[in-house]
Amino acid sequence: MKIPLIYNIRSVLHRPATSLATALGIGFVVLTFVGMLALANGFRSAMISTGRPDNVMLLRKGADSEISSGISREHAAIVRSLPEVAKLPDGRPIASADVFVVVAKPRLDGSETHMPVRGVSPEAFELRDEVRIVDGRSFEPGRAEVIVGRGLVGRMQDVEIGSTIRFGQQEFTVVGHFEADGSAFESEVWGDAETLMSAFRGPVYQSVTVRLADPNAFDALVARIEGDPRLQLQAKRESEFFAEQAQFLGSTLEFIAFFVTIVMSIGAVFGAINTMDAMVAARAREIAVLQTLGFQRRSVLASFLVEALVIALAGGVLGCLLALPINGIQTSTVNWQSFGEVTFAFRISPKILLQGMIFAAVMGLIGGFLPARRAAKQGLAAGMRRG
Amino acid sequence: MTRATLVRANLGRHKRRTILTVLGLGIALFLFVTLQTFLHTLRSVGEIGSETRLVVTNKLGIVFPPPLAYRARLQAVDGVESVGYASWFGGIYQDPSNFFANFAVDPEYLAMYPEIVVSPEHREAFMADRTGAVVGVRLLDRFGWQVGQTVTLRGTIYPGDHDFTIRGVYSAGRKGFDETSMFFHHRYLEEIARSQGMDGVVGWYVLKVSDPDEAPAIAEAIDKTYENSSSPTRTQTDKAFNLSFIGMYGNIGFFLNAIGMAVVFAILMVSANTIAMSARERFAEVAVLKTLGFSDGDVLRIVVAEAASIVGLGLLLGLGGAFLLFNVMDFDMGGFAPGLTVSPGVALVASGAAALIAIASAAIPAWQAARLKVTDALRYVA
Repeated sequence: MKIPLIYNIRSVLHRPATSLATALGIGFVVLTFVGMLALANGFRSAMISTGRPDNVMLLRKGADSEISSGISREHAAIVRSLPEVAKLPDGRPIASADVFVVVAKPRLDGSETHMPVRGVSPEAFELRDEVRIVDGRSFEPGRAEVIVGRGLVGRMQDVEIGSTIRFGQQEFTVVGHFEADGSAFESEVWGDAETLMSAFRGPVYQSVTVRLADPNAFDALVARIEGDPRLQLQAKRESEFFAEQAQFLGSTLEFIAFFVTIVMSIGAVFGAINTMDAMVAARAREIAVLQTLGFQRRSVLASFLVEALVIALAGGVLGCLLALPINGIQTSTVNWQSFGEVTFAFRISPKILLQGMIFAAVMGLIGGFLPARRAAKQGLAAGMRRG
Repeated sequence: MTRATLVRANLGRHKRRTILTVLGLGIALFLFVTLQTFLHTLRSVGEIGSETRLVVTNKLGIVFPPPLAYRARLQAVDGVESVGYASWFGGIYQDPSNFFANFAVDPEYLAMYPEIVVSPEHREAFMADRTGAVVGVRLLDRFGWQVGQTVTLRGTIYPGDHDFTIRGVYSAGRKGFDETSMFFHHRYLEEIARSQGMDGVVGWYVLKVSDPDEAPAIAEAIDKTYENSSSPTRTQTDKAFNLSFIGMYGNIGFFLNAIGMAVVFAILMVSANTIAMSARERFAEVAVLKTLGFSDGDVLRIVVAEAASIVGLGLLLGLGGAFLLFNVMDFDMGGFAPGLTVSPGVALVASGAAALIAIASAAIPAWQAARLKVTDALRYVA
């Protein structure tokens, strides 16, 4: 026969301070866990949402980022003209040969960062149709104008519309702000490739990205590029490229999240054991009464486990609730894999909350097991004498 | 019976509870110390730097290399003793996950960094080998390399496989200086770069100035010289140069601190609860003590002393554990965080946090116990 759940809930409520303190101990662990995973998740989703699977990005062979790559005009022209590349109605290839650099610029708080600057071909807005101007207008090819991603606005100096940004000996006017579905492009400054080339490293592109005419033609394109002795290039799907650029920082953040929470949870489990131990000791007589009423040891064990679970889950809910306000808070850091600044937001997902709750439940069960077993093993007569 | 004996007896009564509380506090304080140490080490890495060294980079940023041709003109600047230069190579050893820093440097560069300690024999062997390399002692250990061994790095900036022969090992002449990098001859890099049409530039210059007081004026003079060139420069002390990299992490320090606060709050809850629980269970005993003539102050001190002993033991465990792990055993989290050292400052902060936890945990029960009326207490059922 099972001991009804209401018995446990009333027991928990009977000692509100102790129950709350134990729940909060677990709650803070869950808060830290959810907070840190939300940070890792926010970063990863910004990177993962960057690029399309039917866009193919080409870098120089061996390059592990756009910064370390270099592609000549001649090779870029060859790639643009390949038959696998989609074309606009007027025959221009849907492709962009990009100049990509990171420039030392100050954030609003004065700290310096690497602001990513991308010079693109006119067709880039067809190629990456997630990029939309939200304020102002787009840059005009040939003019010293740039547009700034929404992620940099409010985080960097001199990126308001009408401001000028200096790149070497040239000054560029900010004429618009753009968004790009929350992707890493939103942390970039965009301008005309030819104009930016002259301001930066001269006549060399860092990457060429093309749209596949047929989404299934990826392998065909790779085979053609690898078979062309003139081209020393490597091809990746654009979406895969950016996801890979998130690997290091993403897994580092996740590693820290798990390391910190696992260590913290040990402390919280010890706290739960103490609380449940005290509860069992204080209720020796109650337990004896339960046994007299015919409840079996198994039921007593289950009942105290349930009680620990109730406290832990309450803590889990508290932790999740405390974590919710951090959702959407923006932060930024330099992603050393791409070398550039990335702005991203804490992003709490249902999966993370569920993981937090599971974590809380596990802490409760582990913390409750020894005391519950002690309760179940308690002799009837001993229990009646005590308490 | 003294108060100390009473405290000891009370702690021994619920052995499991006391042990678990001390362990829990110890683990949490260990975590707190680790987070703070990580943060502190990160900051102090930025602060390592010499007053007499200036770093010249392209004003646009580190990815834009200034011309090699600047060397002679920099050497001619008044107050500059010597000029060295270095370039980031970006080579990968077998797999990208094996990342470590590898630089090409000229002979002057190594001479400018007394922090890079190489034995005379190793230095000589390195100088004599065109493709020689000097690696940090931690890097050598990490991959189990040996002096004399040839390692192949795959170029990311300079395509192809490139061979290097390890001719020397360096260790840090100063605490906190990196021991995980690899240096090789800039001449060798120029050979590689020339074959790929990327030569004629360097990553950055390092200048040794004779008088640190003149450094700001020298820096200004250099930047003014190149202001209107195609590669304008930025000259700063190597301390500022290092700090700018730390700054790029953004508000990571704030987050680590926030996590540290959450850890402290979590243990505060857990320990406060345990200490309050222990005190409440003994209200009847407190009444007996008072009947025996213990004053309210005595009772208060006993409860506080108990809390302080528990937290103190936890602190000893947490701080001592971290000290043993990082300072004595030199644990580097599998290469993830080399050179962690628990500093006196961090130890002080952790002790402060522990004191706060002890006071906050003991406050309410101690106050309750001190104010307890004997008649009420004897009636109290825990």
